[in-house]
Amino acid sequence: MTVDALKAVAIVFVAVVLQTSIVSTIEIRGGTPDLLLVTLVAISLLRGAIWGAAAGFAAGLLLDTASLARLGETSLLLTVAGYWIGRYGETTGRDRSHAPLLSVAVVTVLYAIGALALHVVLGDPVDAGRVLVGALIPGVLLNLLLTFPVYALVRRILGRPEWAAQEVRLLG
Amino acid sequence: MVVGVLALLSLALLSVYFRESDNGPLHGAQDAGATVMRPFQVGAERVARPFRDLYGWFDGLVGAKEENERLRAELARANQQAIENQNAAQENRDLREALDYQDLPGLKDYRPVNTRVVAQQSPQFSKQIVIAAGSNAGIKKHAPVLSAGALVGEVTKVTADTALVTLLTDESSAVTAYSIRTGALGIVESGEGGSLALDNVPKEKDVTRGDLVATAGSGVERLPSLFPRGIPIGTVTSASQTDTEPFKQIQIVSMVDLSNLDVVTVLVR
Repeated sequence: MTVDALKAVAIVFVAVVLQTSIVSTIEIRGGTPDLLLVTLVAISLLRGAIWGAAAGFAAGLLLDTASLARLGETSLLLTVAGYWIGRYGETTGRDRSHAPLLSVAVVTVLYAIGALALHVVLGDPVDAGRVLVGALIPGVLLNLLLTFPVYALVRRILGRPEWAAQEVRLLG
Repeated sequence: MVVGVLALLSLALLSVYFRESDNGPLHGAQDAGATVMRPFQVGAERVARPFRDLYGWFDGLVGAKEENERLRAELARANQQAIENQNAAQENRDLREALDYQDLPGLKDYRPVNTRVVAQQSPQFSKQIVIAAGSNAGIKKHAPVLSAGALVGEVTKVTADTALVTLLTDESSAVTAYSIRTGALGIVESGEGGSLALDNVPKEKDVTRGDLVATAGSGVERLPSLFPRGIPIGTVTSASQTDTEPFKQIQIVSMVDLSNLDVVTVLVR
C-alpha cells in the first residue's frame, strides 16, 4: 500500500514536470495534449476512486505550484475527475478493454467544460469558442494518442488492479 | 467522504489564495514549492530541447527556399534603411543636445536579465509562461519581457527564483502602442485565434500593411507607462475599416513566435 502510494506520487510528479516543461508547449491544430490528465485516468482506473481523488488533488496542487497558477484551481477539477474515473473503473468499466480510451475522451471534454466554467466564475477573460470548438477536438485526439502508452506504463509500474488479482484467485 | 474533503480543501485553497496578497502564506508556500520544482523543470526542458530543435529544423525546411528569397529582399531594404537611420539618429542626437531635450525613460535606463522559459500554463485558458529568474535576480512585477528584441509580455507574478509572464496573446493583456511610420496610437490586444490586434485607432489615422508597431510609453506622471517607449512589438498584416465601426480593424503579427519561446530578456530598473 505504502509502496504503491509512493509509486503513484512519483508518477504524478514526473507527469507534472513533463506537462509543464514540455507537453504544454506542443500545440497541434490548436489542441494541446494533457499528459497529466491521461496519467490520472490510468491511476484512477487501476486503483479506484479514492486513489483517483487523492492523485487528482496532488496532481492539481503540484501543477498549480509549478506553473504559478492559482492554488486549488486545478486540484478541484482533477479531484472530481479522478474520483469519477475511479468509480467508473471500479464498476462499469472494470473489465472493458476500451475503458481507458472512453474515460480519456469523456474526461477531456468534461474537464474542458469544468475548467471553462471555473475560469468564468473567477472572472477570467476566456475565449469559450476557442476552448470548446477550436481546441477541444484536437485535444481529445492527442490525449487518445497518449492513452495506450501511458496506461501501459502506469500499469507496469503500479501493477494490475487489486480487484483483478482477487478475481484471478477466486477463479483459480 | 474523501472526495468531499479534498474538493472542499481545494475550494478553501482557491478562496484564500484569491483573497490574500502576494505576500500571503499560500503565495509563500507556492514560492517555496516552485523553487523546489524549478531544477526538475529546467532539466526536463534541457532534455527536450534537442528534440524540439530537430522538429523545428525539419519544420523550417518546408518553404525554406521561398523564405530565403523573401529574407534576401528584406535584407536589401533593411541595409538601405539602416544608412538612412544612422543619419537620422546622428541628427537626432545633435538636436537633442542643442535643445537640452528631457525625454521619458528609455531602453538605456533598464538592465537586461536573460533567462530561460521553464514552464507554460495550459494554452487553452491563458497565454502565460514561467521563467527561471525571480526577485533574486531583481525582477519586479510589471517588468517588460522581450525575446529577440521584441516585446512578448509582462511579468505578472514574482517568486524568489521564478516569475510568471503574461504574453501579449493572453486575453487579459493590453499594451499602448503606436505606428512608428505615422505615430498613430492604439492598444495592442489579443486577436482572433491567438493573433494580435491594434485596437482603438481612429479611422482618420494612417496605418497600412507593413507598418512597424512599437510600445508607446507614457509621460503622464500619475499613470506612468509600464514599458519604455520604442520596444518593437510587430508588423501590421492588414488594416481595414467599415462605415459602422468607429475604429480601424488592424491585425498585427508579432516579430517572434510567441508559442515557442525558449530564452527571454526581462528589463529591470
